[in-house]
Amino acid sequence: MTLARRIIPCLDTDCGRVVKGVNFAGLRDAGDPAKLAARYNGEGADELIVLDIAASRDRRSTFLDTIRRVAAELAIPLAAGGGILTREEARAVIQAGADKITVNTAAVDRPELIAELSGEFGAQAVVVAIDAKREDEHWDVRIRGGAVSADLDAVSWAKQAAAFGAGEILLTSMDRDGTQTGFDIALTAAISRAVSVPVIASGGAKSPAHFLDVFREGCADAALAASIFHDGVQSIRSLKEFLAEAGIPVRLPC
Amino acid sequence: MRITIIDHGPGNVASVERALARISISTERAISEQAIARATAVILPGVGHFSALVRALDENSLRAPLSRAIARGVPFLGICLGLQALYESSDEAPVLRGLGMLPGHVSALPAQSKLPHMGWNRVHPLPGSRLFRGIPVESYFYFAHSFAASPIASAETVATCTYGCEFVAAIERGNLFGVQFHPEKSGAAGAQLLRNFVRLAA
Repeated sequence: MTLARRIIPCLDTDCGRVVKGVNFAGLRDAGDPAKLAARYNGEGADELIVLDIAASRDRRSTFLDTIRRVAAELAIPLAAGGGILTREEARAVIQAGADKITVNTAAVDRPELIAELSGEFGAQAVVVAIDAKREDEHWDVRIRGGAVSADLDAVSWAKQAAAFGAGEILLTSMDRDGTQTGFDIALTAAISRAVSVPVIASGGAKSPAHFLDVFREGCADAALAASIFHDGVQSIRSLKEFLAEAGIPVRLPC
Repeated sequence: MRITIIDHGPGNVASVERALARISISTERAISEQAIARATAVILPGVGHFSALVRALDENSLRAPLSRAIARGVPFLGICLGLQALYESSDEAPVLRGLGMLPGHVSALPAQSKLPHMGWNRVHPLPGSRLFRGIPVESYFYFAHSFAASPIASAETVATCTYGCEFVAAIERGNLFGVQFHPEKSGAAGAQLLRNFVRLAA
């Protein structure tokens, strides 16, 4: 009856390599994307996200090549994004092997892009990524890699994005990202209650208990993490076994 | 053997090709009447809109060749929208006629649930289903859709799934097969289902 809660490893890539950083800065190499993808596919990841963190035009062909190499390893869905501005760019990402595209800044700048992508590829293929940062009593939407305030309330923007045709919201807490202090439960719950599309919680994961909290209290449909999986600190298999034990519906790999 | 994948534009053709390549099955992409006429097994994949798929099939005059192929016993697997297109009609494009190879109508999933129905859900196959042979019961498969056929009064239905309501997850009738989920994205269980189809087609 209920959908399994999804565990999604995220590969932040640059120049064909997986990189990782803390609070959107201080990058270091974390391996080959295709190798990591194969490992996560085997460990029981439910989906994979590949992001082009530099998102520069001249490196786009390298990113498309990364998508092709990653997709070849996967028997699970793949979302990809980073700097997608147009339908043509989205099409190239889909043709390279992604099932979904993620858009962030470009969707804030021109929300009609969400409707265009949704019209061409279907809502299930359009993930709107929101980077949110706490400001007094609300969460502010940040764009351009977190550098700039969009002057939008995250809850209203999530609703608007869904109304434009987003099939899913990838919600990153900028306050928690890289801190390993747990997901932002209040933020995730606020967005999840506000929209009728699935919400992927991101930012701050370290322990299995953090995942349990974000599913139970944060009402997340999926949870994303990067470095704890890349470093082998947390295996996806044992994380899912923990969640299943706690009564969360998850897909256990055979 | 080689499987002919109908390439009707926006779709998950490449994903299906990769999934079949992983189980060592060669494929060819096709959209012509001639290719369907000489096909030995056909997969109709599909993501996107019902109208886009049905129109693409009509623009390439594939209705009759597909019916003939199925009538002469060519194994056929419709995936997601490729299953929905086999029915008579869909809420997604009420004025268009589906392929009508299966009786019934494709309806919108109830709006009280989060839509699209996207993610991993449990599928309940009937005992004896050929597609689900060797797949553990209660296995999860990956879904991404907002429309589905109702299982009521359908002898072809061999598996159902529940999300807001019960709907058709898989059909089998002779050489005609269809699945609402994406076996090409469904991990080990999906790979086994594709292997079963290939075996039935061989």
